[in-house]
Amino acid sequence: MSTPNGTAMNGATSLVKSLEAAGVDVMFGIPGGAILPAYDPIFDSTIRHILVRHEQGAGHAATGYAQVTGRAGVCIATSGPGATNLVTPLADAAMDSVPLVAITGQVPSAAIGTDAFQEADIRGITMPFTKHNYLITNPDDIPRAIAEAFHIANTGRPGPVLVDIAKDALQRATTFNWPSTVSLAGYHPHLEPDSQSISDAAALIAQSHRPVFYVGGGVIKANASRELMQLAELLGAPVVTTLMALGSFPASHPLHMGMPGMHGTVSAVTALQKSDLLITLGARFDDRVTGKLSSFAVNAKVIHADIDPAEIGKNRFADVPIVGDLKATITALIPALRSALSKNQPDLSTWLRQVNHLKSTYPLGFDIPTDGTISPQYVIQQLGKISGLDSIFVAGVGQHQMWASQFIPYEKPRTWLNSGGLGTMGYSVPAAMGAKVGAPDTTVWSIDGDGCFQMTNQELVTCALNNIPIKVAIINNESLGMVRQWQTLFYEGRYSNTSLESKRIPDFPKLADAMGCVGLSCDRPEDVDSIIEKAMSINDQPVVVDFRVHRDAMVWPMVAAGTSNDEIMIAREMAPDWDSQEL
Amino acid sequence: MSTHTLAVLVENSPGVLARVAGLFSRRAYNIDSLAVGPTENPNISRMTIVINVENHALEQVIRQLDKLINVIHIAEVKPLESIQSELLLVKISATNSLKAEVERVVDSFGAKIVDWDDQSMTIEATGDPEKIANLLTAVGTFGIRELVQSGLVALERGSSALSDRTLSAQSIPTADGGQADYQN
Repeated sequence: MSTPNGTAMNGATSLVKSLEAAGVDVMFGIPGGAILPAYDPIFDSTIRHILVRHEQGAGHAATGYAQVTGRAGVCIATSGPGATNLVTPLADAAMDSVPLVAITGQVPSAAIGTDAFQEADIRGITMPFTKHNYLITNPDDIPRAIAEAFHIANTGRPGPVLVDIAKDALQRATTFNWPSTVSLAGYHPHLEPDSQSISDAAALIAQSHRPVFYVGGGVIKANASRELMQLAELLGAPVVTTLMALGSFPASHPLHMGMPGMHGTVSAVTALQKSDLLITLGARFDDRVTGKLSSFAVNAKVIHADIDPAEIGKNRFADVPIVGDLKATITALIPALRSALSKNQPDLSTWLRQVNHLKSTYPLGFDIPTDGTISPQYVIQQLGKISGLDSIFVAGVGQHQMWASQFIPYEKPRTWLNSGGLGTMGYSVPAAMGAKVGAPDTTVWSIDGDGCFQMTNQELVTCALNNIPIKVAIINNESLGMVRQWQTLFYEGRYSNTSLESKRIPDFPKLADAMGCVGLSCDRPEDVDSIIEKAMSINDQPVVVDFRVHRDAMVWPMVAAGTSNDEIMIAREMAPDWDSQEL
Repeated sequence: MSTHTLAVLVENSPGVLARVAGLFSRRAYNIDSLAVGPTENPNISRMTIVINVENHALEQVIRQLDKLINVIHIAEVKPLESIQSELLLVKISATNSLKAEVERVVDSFGAKIVDWDDQSMTIEATGDPEKIANLLTAVGTFGIRELVQSGLVALERGSSALSDRTLSAQSIPTADGGQADYQN
């Protein structure tokens, strides 16, 4: 039921009608003074508004929703502190290319610049990490700004857009005019790859003897998993998927070498290092992947396909740059490569044997603690096994995040959510909430650390009250575990301010109970499976399980920050036995 | 490192200068000068940005700038293919008795004295950075009390105009974006 153009209303109603016209079905937010006029028409809207407990929760929830649905998530907040609380999720969404539209109220236009009550220059504050942002002071501009915001957020390289609206613009009379088109002189995402680049890429691939598909989150954003599978199987080259790309290519596939980077597999890290051609698809040569950049894959030529031209050549020179939508790019590359291979089919068998030998020699693994305590990796592995690979897993940031990337074999896109670029502790619970709203029939597990959980767990109240039954596994090692790991390795075990004592305080099951969730705890390895199964059986309420795990477990393999990927360690002071490898 | 001059057409809307300046700041690109003003089109402003970067970084600067939604077009303006000019106002300590001597120097640069009293004279000059530097050296002997310079502005030689090649905005339907093949 759309509202006809030309209908008289106030700016607030025009805003809500615009959000409806943009196809919004849910938004996460909190009202306050400056945005209050908008909450009156929200009361009558078809859009489901979920009242969160902190604006940061609204922002990450919108991100979780966007990451599972592929559609822009929407969050809404008032001026000043409401808006500044959105800063972290907006920065997070920018780093991970998440389509997000944030609506904020602003003080009345006459008060802007006077340090008015709850005034913050949120447009200025968010310029560095929004794809674009607006300050609207004229109610007639609202529909166009909303239409443009969704267009910008969803197209090209997705990203967050903020629309800040002065209170008087919400209150004043206007006529609703939803634009049938958007027209932005300075915004033309380049979607179709250049055919010359495609044939250059195909020719280069056909000459390569040690090619690797270096796959990033862009493949998931472009919904190009099927095409990637066809391309990878056509060439039969190893595939590595970055932290943001897990699930874009099935972990169980024989060509999959795992995740590259600081905590990647030996096979993935080494495949990149020894490669003669990186077929880079929607990845950005992040420092956590490359290690010391000057020593990264030094003998490799680079094909770099990305929708964002500014990513190409930013960190690493590209021999063949391809700017375009990845689905279109891979679709074009398949026949071009087939044709190139028909003329020259390189023999990749030696290369595959080498990387497969690494894969079988250095699988991911973990030690079972000898003191009878629970291994955190075991908990995460069992979550994947018992909940199954149709579930969505949403991690916080730290050791538990890395273990969740290592010990759950993601088979499908959009089943693994995490804060990759910004590394936002506190992401998990609200993002899981948003994911569950976007995929209500899917089991959603938040895998969180005891540190992260204490940053944003207030959204469990939102989940409990709004029938959003997520499941939370707290991997409780009573520490800021990753920082503690670095203190162990690089600061002589001087554990400055990393002990959280969270096996003592807070009592997580009681806290969960107080927030309307089922609270469970698990202390013994032999109870892990049955407690996961118990959590799986509760679907009418959020569940929180406090897995009280071994404190000293570390994430391996590891490439220490700033060092070369050649220095990968599989355990403390233990490098792979390179002499036994034929690389 | 080398100096490059960029002509940047931007939407004439609030905050554009902050967006451009913020981009240069946060990406640690060094601006030598930036001049901005209106153009023949009231909706468009033109910035001339002089930057000092490595050659490979120039491409990065242009691509990052191009990501700003309000930036419509960017072109590198080569010195030999363009008119490049700065404005200088300089106040020198020169009494009336020196006026003839100052005028001789000023004339040789095509500049002019635009204000004077019995203690000082103010000279206005336009030209490329080298000419302005030479003029400053020449009048420096009188003693410089104060000076102000604009950023460089530049216009390509010949009949073509930047706006000819750029100002075609496509109209794109406002359909609901991005259908994901969720768990395909």
